[in-house]
Amino acid sequence: MDSGFWSGYLWPTIWIVIQIVIVVGPLLGAVAYLTLAERKILGAIQLRQGPMVVGPFGLLQPLADGLKLFVKETIVPAGANRAVFFIAPMLTFLLSLVAWAVIPFGDNMVIANINVGVLYLFAISSLGVYGIIMAGWASNSRYAFLGGLRSAAQMVSYEVSIGFIIISVLLCAGSLNLSEIVRAQEGLWFFIPLFPMFIVFFVSALAETNRAPFDLPEGESEITGGFMVEYSAMTYALFFLGEYANMILMSAFATILFLGGWLPPLSIPPFTWVPGPIWFILKICVVLFVFIWVRGTMPRYRYDQLMRLGWKVFLPFSLGWVIVTAGVLVTFGWLPE
Amino acid sequence: MFVVTLAFYLFATVTIGSALMVISARNPVHSVLFLILAFFSAAALFVLMGAEFLAMILVVVYVGAVAVLFLFVVMMLDIDFRELKQGFLQYLPLGVLIGVVLAVELIFVIGSVALIADQEALAEGQALPLTQGNIEALGRVLYTQYLFLFQAAGLVLLVAMIGAIVLTLRHRVGVRRQKVSDQVSRRPEDVVIKVRPGVGEGV
Repeated sequence: MDSGFWSGYLWPTIWIVIQIVIVVGPLLGAVAYLTLAERKILGAIQLRQGPMVVGPFGLLQPLADGLKLFVKETIVPAGANRAVFFIAPMLTFLLSLVAWAVIPFGDNMVIANINVGVLYLFAISSLGVYGIIMAGWASNSRYAFLGGLRSAAQMVSYEVSIGFIIISVLLCAGSLNLSEIVRAQEGLWFFIPLFPMFIVFFVSALAETNRAPFDLPEGESEITGGFMVEYSAMTYALFFLGEYANMILMSAFATILFLGGWLPPLSIPPFTWVPGPIWFILKICVVLFVFIWVRGTMPRYRYDQLMRLGWKVFLPFSLGWVIVTAGVLVTFGWLPE
Repeated sequence: MFVVTLAFYLFATVTIGSALMVISARNPVHSVLFLILAFFSAAALFVLMGAEFLAMILVVVYVGAVAVLFLFVVMMLDIDFRELKQGFLQYLPLGVLIGVVLAVELIFVIGSVALIADQEALAEGQALPLTQGNIEALGRVLYTQYLFLFQAAGLVLLVAMIGAIVLTLRHRVGVRRQKVSDQVSRRPEDVVIKVRPGVGEGV
């Protein structure tokens, strides 16, 4: 009985906690250094140095920023709905972390290898909008409310086309399990046959994470920071961490769906010597670089243009591509299984 | 099994508790947030029953899309709480009536299942083999056995969508819309006039 309790409940629980720490610890470090990378790359695009004072090459800048946010005072606006005001940033941060449970970092290197992994990721990313709406409503401020409303409309619109893109990938892979999707790309990564879908997915991911050129919910030049205008100190830091963790998550999602996950580019010796997780992280870094590159290059979309792109361009195009993919697979007998 | 039972009672309590808060919360936005919590814990109950696909679809469709639009509308309403309280007694009989009808229907459904169900019928109902996943099983049933019903349901939804668009679409005159093709095809010759005004004359 005693040993049954240990091997049946206690040890699995401890093992899962260890796995979570192994994933979340480096993830938070990556978020911190992604902010530094963003400022460095934007600096390079604008012919500046970026942060360079704190530590060598500014390497300690994220720690200094974190410490500054930590010791600041949290201000709650008068008339704010206190409970919802504090739940919103926690929700955003929590949702950006729980999604990592199904991400496979390598062959069999995943916390929860569930059969509906893609749907789980899709569901969690569709919940992300609540943190923003709740923040916008609970702040009792016009700018925050406008930001929340914009974000609700934007994220719902782009989720639809992401859904269709996922379906066309699933048709090629024949499974909803993320590890199976990666294994199905052995030999041919899906971004080659589905290249237009890869582009549409990347643009929709920009809109889903509220990044430039779709950062209307924040829009610092028109609504002064949008839904997080009333947030300060640690509550603001939680939003910030959540947003950057979501960026990394969407990059990982794009890598798994289109760029072959942990697979090396060619299955021949010099490439296969590098372990799978390293390839996975390298690919994520490439996608993240494009995220930042786009921010340094593109002007912000106007609101009606954003809606037109989502509903009148991406939705029909991705729907049509699903039908074309299914038709080609059936015609040539390339359906998996 | 102990942990599963514990999880079931946890999620069941949260579901019922948040469902109660939906109708008793003073602030309508809080009601919608509790409704979302109820959806979410219902999805967790689906997972415990092994219906993982249904659970994910519940979260994606209801929590991720329907409830967002619902919250969107409720947030923008200008609500007077005293007025809401006044209407409470007025609508109480109607509400109680609907509640009683629902309760009676539920009792009949559960009672008839309990009466009809002998062991053989129950065994027949669980004929799906557990070797295939949720999605394969659902797909096999939907696209073979119930293909026409499935397509008919899709048609009904399509008609509903077209109806909603027709009802709300109106063509207003005098609205200045952006025409990208016009902007792109515009040439300097069409819109720029070069003049050379004399000194002291102006244009």
